[in-house]
Amino acid sequence: MNETWSLSQEEELIFSIRTLFRQYGYTQYKMSRFEDYDLYARNKDFLVSDNVITFTDTNGALKALKPDVTLSIIRSLKDSAQSIQKLCYHENVYRVSGTSHTFSEIMQMGLECIGDIDTYCLTEVLFLAASSLKHISGDYLLVISHMGILEELLSLMHIPRELEKEALSLLAGKSVHGFEELLSKCGVSGHEAESFLRLPLLEGTAEEVIPVLREMGCSESSLTLLSRIWNSFTPEMNRHIRFDFSVIHDMRYYNGFVFKGFIRGIPSGILSGGQYDKLLQRMGKSGGAIGFALYLDLLERFFPPRDQGNVDALLLYDKEQEPSVVASAVRSLSSLGLKVLAARERPANLQCKQVFCIRDGGVQVYGTDT
Amino acid sequence: MAQTLNIALPKGRLGEKVYKLFASAGFECPAVLEDSRRLIFENPEAGVRYFWVKPSDVAVYVERGAADIGVAGKDILLEYSPDVYELSDLKMGKCRMSVAGKAGFTDDLCYTLRVATKFRNIASRYYASLGREIDIIPLNGSIELAPILGLSDVIVDIVETGTTLRENDLRELEVIVPISARLIANKSSYGFYKNEIDAIRTGLEQLIQKGTNSND
Repeated sequence: MNETWSLSQEEELIFSIRTLFRQYGYTQYKMSRFEDYDLYARNKDFLVSDNVITFTDTNGALKALKPDVTLSIIRSLKDSAQSIQKLCYHENVYRVSGTSHTFSEIMQMGLECIGDIDTYCLTEVLFLAASSLKHISGDYLLVISHMGILEELLSLMHIPRELEKEALSLLAGKSVHGFEELLSKCGVSGHEAESFLRLPLLEGTAEEVIPVLREMGCSESSLTLLSRIWNSFTPEMNRHIRFDFSVIHDMRYYNGFVFKGFIRGIPSGILSGGQYDKLLQRMGKSGGAIGFALYLDLLERFFPPRDQGNVDALLLYDKEQEPSVVASAVRSLSSLGLKVLAARERPANLQCKQVFCIRDGGVQVYGTDT
Repeated sequence: MAQTLNIALPKGRLGEKVYKLFASAGFECPAVLEDSRRLIFENPEAGVRYFWVKPSDVAVYVERGAADIGVAGKDILLEYSPDVYELSDLKMGKCRMSVAGKAGFTDDLCYTLRVATKFRNIASRYYASLGREIDIIPLNGSIELAPILGLSDVIVDIVETGTTLRENDLRELEVIVPISARLIANKSSYGFYKNEIDAIRTGLEQLIQKGTNSND
C-alpha cells in the first residue's frame, strides 16, 4: 500500500493503546454526548473545570455537553462491590482549556477499573498508564503520589483542617519556602520541621523516597504498599517512574494513588489518574475505583505534520467531459495505489509526482512534477 | 550532555537584578545586558538561553513550555494561578499587595464596596475571605486615580515605598500579601531536566542565603 494511505501516527497510537487496553480485558464504553447537568452540578469539584456547556433539551431538561467521562461511567454502572468492571473509552469532552481559557473539544482516552479492586488492580492500572505513555514515546515519565500518605503526613505535622488545602497547594507547587512558613504558622519547628521540609521536593525511586518518609513517621503499612507497587513494574519501566508527592488530587474524591504522565517535548501532563473510592461513595456506589485519562489533544503538535495537500497524481479534465469517463480514469489510477486529485485546473501550492489528462477517452501522462 | 535551559527573564530593572543573580551563581551570558535588539541570548557552556519577556507574560512562557524556568512576581502567580512549580523565593522586588484608599476612609458596610484594581482575582478572593460584597472595577493603569476621582472607594494594588499613595493623599489600609520575585519551573521540564534546574535553584538560594546572612 502506498505510504500516503497509511494511518497517521496519531491514528496508529489510538489503535495501539486501544489494543493494549483490550489485551488486559478492558471493554469499550460508548457514551452519549449529552448528560443531565445535575450530575456535574453535584460533583463540580471533581471536574477539571467547573465551566460546563449547557442547553435546554426539547423536553425542558437541562443538559450538558459532557466535560468528563468518569462521572458518566460511574453513574451508568450497576453497583458491584463483589465484582470488578474494567472499562475503557475514547471520547470527546467539552470543557474550558487550562491554557486558552476558552471552551474546547478535547479528545480523551482512558480506562476505569471499578468494584472490588485489590492491590493487583492498582498495579495493573499503573502499569497500563506507564505502557500508554511508552506507546507515545520512549522518553516518558510517570510520577506517582498517594493521597492517603499525604493525609497521614499532614496529620503528623498537626496541620489543622482549615490549612490543609493551603498545605496541599504548596506541595503541588514544590514551594519549600511557602511550606516552611506554613509549618511555622502551625507551630512546627526545629528538627521536626527540617524533616517535613524535605517533602515538597521529595521525589525519586522507592529506595530514595521510602527512608525519608519513614523518618517523617509514615506508617510501615503505607511504605510497604509503595514498595509493592514499585516492585510490580519491570526494571526498564522503573527508569521512567518516580514517586513524587507534588502530584495532588482533591482529597474529597481521591483516597489512594494519584499519578500524572509526562512526555519530553510536551509542556504539560498528558496523563492524569488516581484511585477515587471516595467519589464512588459520594455517588452512592460501593467498592473502589481507579483509572486514568490521556489527553490526546496535547499530541497535536507532537507528531511530525503529515504531507497534507500532496498527491501522487493530478488528473486534469475539462468541464465538458463525461463524468463517467473522469470517474473511470480516477478509479484506474487509484487502483495502482496512487492518491489522486481530479481537478479542472491545478490548485496553487499543490505538490504531485505526475500530472495526467484525459484525451481521446483515455488517461495520458501530461507531465511529471514534484 | 547537559540540557540548555530556556529561561524567561522579566524586562526592566528587576529583570536586570535577577540576571545578575543568575550570573553570580555561575549562569552568566554577558550579551544579555548589552544594548541590542536581540531577543535571545545563549551561553551553551553555562547551559542557559535567556530571553526578555513582559513581566506579566513570564508565567505564560513557563506554563506553556517555551521557557523551562523563569522569574515572575508573586502578584502574577496569585492573579493568574499558572500551573507551574514555584521553586524559590528570590527575595527581590519586595513589595506588597495592599488595599489603599483616601485618607480618612472608613468602610461603610451598608454599601457594596467599590474596588478598582488590575488584580481582579486577588481582590475577589481577599474580600470573599472576609465575606465582604464588592463591585470590582477593572483598570489597567494609574489605579490610584480611581478613589481620588470617586470612581472607587478603594484600590487593590502593589505598594512598594508608599510614596505614590502619600503624594496623592491616599493611605495603605490593609496589607493583603507580601510580594517578591519567584523562580518558577514548567512541570514537565522539571521532570526531565531536574538536575539542571536544581543546579540553578540551589545556586541562587545559596547566594540569597549569603546575602541574607550578611545583612543580619
